Amino acid sequence: MSLAFVDGGFAEPVFGSQRAFRALMDAFARPGSIADLAGLAGPPRPMSSAAGAILLALADNDTPVFFETDMPDAQAWVGFHTGAPVTGAAPSARFVHLADDSDTTAWSRFAVGTAEYPDRSATLLLPVASLRGGHRLSLSGPGIETLSDIAPQGLPKGFADVMAANRAGFPLGFDLVLVSGSEALALPRTTRIEEA
Amino acid sequence: MTLPAYNFAYLDEQTKRMIRRAILKGIAIPGYQVPFASREMPMPYGWGTGGVQVTAAILGPDDVLKVIDQGADDTTNAVSIRAFFAKTANVATTTKTADATIIQTRHRIPEERLQAHQTLVFQVPIPEPLRFLEPRETETRVMHGLEEYGLVHVKLYEDIAQHGHIATTYAYPVKVEGRYVMDPSPIPKFDNPKLDRSPALQLFGAGREKRIYALPPFTQVTSLDFEDHPFTVQTFNRPCALCNATGVYMDEVVTDDRGGRMFVCSDTDHCETRQAEGHAGPGLPQLGEHASSEQETTR
Repeated sequence: MSLAFVDGGFAEPVFGSQRAFRALMDAFARPGSIADLAGLAGPPRPMSSAAGAILLALADNDTPVFFETDMPDAQAWVGFHTGAPVTGAAPSARFVHLADDSDTTAWSRFAVGTAEYPDRSATLLLPVASLRGGHRLSLSGPGIETLSDIAPQGLPKGFADVMAANRAGFPLGFDLVLVSGSEALALPRTTRIEEA
Repeated sequence: MTLPAYNFAYLDEQTKRMIRRAILKGIAIPGYQVPFASREMPMPYGWGTGGVQVTAAILGPDDVLKVIDQGADDTTNAVSIRAFFAKTANVATTTKTADATIIQTRHRIPEERLQAHQTLVFQVPIPEPLRFLEPRETETRVMHGLEEYGLVHVKLYEDIAQHGHIATTYAYPVKVEGRYVMDPSPIPKFDNPKLDRSPALQLFGAGREKRIYALPPFTQVTSLDFEDHPFTVQTFNRPCALCNATGVYMDEVVTDDRGGRMFVCSDTDHCETRQAEGHAGPGLPQLGEHASSEQETTR
């Protein structure tokens, strides 16, 4: 039995959690800004250290996590460090680790909340090749003074359409975080994404 | 080996994670009240337990904390909460608005414009702007869901019918990004324009009512009004008695038992900074000088 799931937690659980959360809070408050989560978590491959830090900081036994692709070591790691149940039922998941070639047409199965409680929605973590150097997209909405440009590489097919539909459903919707290596970029449901 | 009796910033990690998730959803849905499992804090409800829990969940060892109560750094509530975090989190504290990274506030927004790296945490007693119009939470949830805000306008209209103008002066309801009507906490309506497109992140915590909500930076916040009765803020017809400032929110201070009173800045840091810069106001009022300085403008 592999013990890969034991190593790689926060070296200092209290301050590691706080640093990861604050970086993510700033990323949510300023969509398009890139959060640096380096040196916090070391999850087993293929999970990025950014996704690992986010799940360590936020997931626990109240938040089922859904993995779109099977990654046994990383799933065991999340379970060991956070106590979060790894679920096979996508609609019940509060956190979702998407595949890097995720089928965006299937994102409608994730929780978007209800009219009375739109907060009961999933937060999706989407691994991408890089947050820089790709096709330019222009963001606007709360948290952005005028416009904010991002250029992630390796977005899945149909990304623009599924995000536009998600925006149109406000206040319902999922919130998305792009993760690559130790970096994360949040795209909450309020953010409008257009071709730059 | 002795272990500390409590965790960094008092709250346990499980509680912080739950609050942090609520904060992120609050930021993602500006103006919407996210329920959270509010904890008992070592202070009574009404003393800012919601704000304290939000501050405890976001606070890190490198933060510099400022706490104000009605604009003042030196009142009981502010001093107690500042001492609480100095003790439980060993963080640096300040009274200087510009030096703070986190500002917890009861019922004011500092006069000095906040910066992008700052976070403002409001203490909220009643987070639901519809509560006094509809007591049932199940109903107000549906009303928010359906964007059914007619009652709030009726309330403002009744003000006009009775008083000739909108008589709501604090906790003045706002609409966030054209969607959720939100209670900005009992800040004077004077501060409402500062909510709009603020460069700082603004978080709201209501401990007794177990709600967290948020305004991300640069979020559009509009105070509700009517075309023929536009929103206006309070103005004061004399400057601060201590620092001569104008265009700020004032406290009325009774100085004797013969009607003497003076008006001074509610924001003590703003006032002290101006005094240190050499500004001086007219000082104590003359005996018998009656002042009714606050007046509503109908610009």
